Amino acid sequence: MVDPSRSSLIRARTTTGERLTERLLLACGLLSVLTTAAIVGVLLLETLEFFSEVSLAQFFGDTQWTPLFADKHFGIWPLVAGTLLTSAIAIAVALPFGLLAAVYLAEFARPGVRRVLKPTLELLAGVPTIVYGYFALVALTPLLQRLIPELAGFNALSPGLAMGIMIIPMISSLSEDAIHAVPRTLREAAYALGASRLQTIFRIVLPTAMSGIAASVVLAVSRAVGETMIVAIAAGQQPRLTADPRVPVETMTAYIVQVGLGDTPTGTLEYRTIFAVGAALFLMTFVINLASQRLARRFRGAYG
Amino acid sequence: MSTPDPARTRPPSRLAEQLVRALCLTAVILPVLLLVGLIVDVTGQASERLSWDFITSFPSRHPDEAGILPGIVGSFWLIAMTGTVALPVGVGAAIYLEEYGGRGRLANLIEVNLANLAGVPSIIYGLLGLELFVRALGMGRSLAAGALAMALLVLPIVIMSSREALRTVPRTLREAGMALGATRWQVIRQVVLPMAMPGILTGAILAIARAIGEAAPLIILGAITYVGFLPDGPGSPFTVLPIQIFNWVSRPQPGFVVDAAAGIVVLLVTLLVLSGAAIYLRHRFERLREG
Repeated sequence: MVDPSRSSLIRARTTTGERLTERLLLACGLLSVLTTAAIVGVLLLETLEFFSEVSLAQFFGDTQWTPLFADKHFGIWPLVAGTLLTSAIAIAVALPFGLLAAVYLAEFARPGVRRVLKPTLELLAGVPTIVYGYFALVALTPLLQRLIPELAGFNALSPGLAMGIMIIPMISSLSEDAIHAVPRTLREAAYALGASRLQTIFRIVLPTAMSGIAASVVLAVSRAVGETMIVAIAAGQQPRLTADPRVPVETMTAYIVQVGLGDTPTGTLEYRTIFAVGAALFLMTFVINLASQRLARRFRGAYG
Repeated sequence: MSTPDPARTRPPSRLAEQLVRALCLTAVILPVLLLVGLIVDVTGQASERLSWDFITSFPSRHPDEAGILPGIVGSFWLIAMTGTVALPVGVGAAIYLEEYGGRGRLANLIEVNLANLAGVPSIIYGLLGLELFVRALGMGRSLAAGALAMALLVLPIVIMSSREALRTVPRTLREAGMALGATRWQVIRQVVLPMAMPGILTGAILAIARAIGEAAPLIILGAITYVGFLPDGPGSPFTVLPIQIFNWVSRPQPGFVVDAAAGIVVLLVTLLVLSGAAIYLRHRFERLREG
């Protein structure tokens, strides 16, 4: 490994070189800070331009989003509704599956079984989202249409379900870590009081790990809100203020893709709409991520 | 939190425990089975189209003549360029944070920033790339612009996995190096980095796997969906595998759905080969380290 005869190890310290290297490495680290600054800058700049033509009252007051039509409306709510609807369906799938899977991996599985099952489950998150989009449109929707005849070809339900399957490992892995971090002594105290294994898991361990589990769920929400390809393929392109999972909707991300695919000339109002929507999306995920970090920190503070 | 009172709440039976255990196991197995089912289904759909022809042809208006060559070549160009930018910068940032940064204000700023950056939706990087690289820096809708946006996207992954790899190197080795009179950078280059290499490489391949499946940011910054030529350099317009698949899946004719399935098989096999390479490299380096 280290060959003691290497002369460079014995050579005198080259302080200037050392300092230069450190600067260079620091610059690498600062590039990530610059990236954030650039994201905020770009979004802010174009969004301000957008709001010089469209008023805040229109953006937050109107209930229609039709910037690409002759009769233009700029109400963000239909896109937000589409985003929240697909995300809610995703979490409704991922939360029970993820949590139960975490309980199995942390409390029931033998170490050997766990070593195989955990990475296998995590494969779900490694599959490209385009594959889930195909799955939702080509397999899930026709299947569900047999159960729900009024389900449209594009709808919020199938992409929501596909997204839910994709984020199961996100909830299960982080929740499992939280369950693992619950001190042994608490379990032993419960057993000593005569509690059964189930009572210990559901009344002692899970409530104790709750803030850690909540952090994982909130993070999964953020992932669902920002997910793009699945909804762009299977949810449709019709911004609609609805909570009906059977009809076509459009999410914030899918709208950005729709405009990105067309040849919208740069510098036009249509072009700026994607930055305004992007800024709203960025803010939403930022707040959700902060909440998740808070919860995680609270959990670590108590049991880390 | 209520403490169970054994006198009032009878402990559930063994049977109840077995039932809950089975339910929890189902929550692990069912999604995995679904994934297996999906892959079998896609492969079945793709079988009538998958052939050498499919891999070596250009897209076409006729679904049964369409091929995915520009997507494959575009994806390889893109990940090669993304890796060239993201790996040195990411590993450099990781070295700074682990070996130099300590608890300084700057290190703390980078730390907080990384945690937030990792949660930014990928499509936002597309908006950044469109405005910064395509427009402001005048790169146009080129491979270079796509690769730079993608490099920024995977940077947090590279940094985090490299940091973890650096953390596994025992302190004592660094101290031994220093005691021999080596400078900090000499210790890093000749002791720490070689030791951390398997972990760093595994993280790098994870990042590349992420980049190869990513379509959204590239659509935004202008990768094209119908390409009749191969990219010939960083300034060239391009498409990538997932965008070609997206294009096919969004067409109404059923023939293109078969093309999409075949494209997905090509994409998944590529990812499989990459993961295999990661595992192989890891083993090789671990043997080197022991030997």
